[in-house]
Amino acid sequence: MQTIRQYGELFLVFFKIGAFTFGGGYAMIPLIRNEVVQKRGWLDDRAFMDMLAIAQSMPGPIALNTALFVGNKRLGFKGSLFSGAGVILPSFIIILLIAILFSQFRDNPLVERIFKGIRPAVVALIVAPLLGLGRSAGVNRKNIWIPITVALTVWLLKISPVYIILVAILMGIFHYLYLKNLMHK
Amino acid sequence: MELIDLYIALFVSFFKIGLFGFGGGYAMLPLIQHEVVDAQAWITVADFTDIVAISQTTPGPIAFNSATYIGYSAVTGMGFATGYGVLGSAICTLAVSIPSLILMTLVCAFFFRLNNNPWMQASLSVLKPAIIGLIASAALMLMNGNNFIDYKSGIIFLGVLAASVKKADPILLILLSGVAGLLFYPA
Repeated sequence: MQTIRQYGELFLVFFKIGAFTFGGGYAMIPLIRNEVVQKRGWLDDRAFMDMLAIAQSMPGPIALNTALFVGNKRLGFKGSLFSGAGVILPSFIIILLIAILFSQFRDNPLVERIFKGIRPAVVALIVAPLLGLGRSAGVNRKNIWIPITVALTVWLLKISPVYIILVAILMGIFHYLYLKNLMHK
Repeated sequence: MELIDLYIALFVSFFKIGLFGFGGGYAMLPLIQHEVVDAQAWITVADFTDIVAISQTTPGPIAFNSATYIGYSAVTGMGFATGYGVLGSAICTLAVSIPSLILMTLVCAFFFRLNNNPWMQASLSVLKPAIIGLIASAALMLMNGNNFIDYKSGIIFLGVLAASVKKADPILLILLSGVAGLLFYPA
């Protein structure tokens, strides 16, 4: 009985987080910290920060990775299924309703006028955080060629980002091996 | 195309998006666009921009939002009924989540101290700045004739950019630019 309630609690906590995380990953960190660390003490602050670093360096949405990690730490693999379902369901329900409705209003001239205004705004919202994100990713004068090359090859040559990511990971590892070799000499 | 083939293709594409979606959020956009617009042509660039707009005004990660939306619209767009579209949404959402489930299960089982591991650090050293480039490419790809139709689009772009740099609420900015669309483009 006790465990059913614990699984239910995991589901509900992450359902709530999934329902209120507008603006994606970084916006929800304070909300998760409040629920998981401050209110329930499932993780201490240090473990939370370590978890966050891992969730951010793994592929996949940060919200999902965080939910899966906390669920697993608390109640094992089954726990991560409950926390994962919790964080996914709110946006699934909302977007499904929008997809069903929007396909009917799509060609409405009023909707089209609204979207003519929204489309350039969408692009601005993607450009705006670039500078801040670049700084926190450690972009500087010496390595700025990396994001520039990536942006241009993906944009102009339409190369799949999958290859870019694999090459970037390999370059990082070879660079590390090269430095290690230098130190041994 | 047979429905079952479409489901399999959707599953494969979104599994890939989940597996290679480093950096979350906007960094996943070029990957999503490559799979669903360029490689498979399930939706147009115009639809893609609208999905990103809807994503920015609704809760939840952009990867989930686009999985749910594209799963539905790719299936119904081929003439299948609403119920099959809902199943398409569920398949895509599941597919984009499974890589995370596998990886986070491994992380919890084996290496909690992963972030201090030098190999992990090495793998990320070039990937982190590369992710910034991926986000920039998403912006460049969306700067097209569909989204920028005249000088008024440029005005909206610059206004939202300035407000967003000053940390204005993105949902409010989307709503305001929708109003601007109504005012700028009379019926």
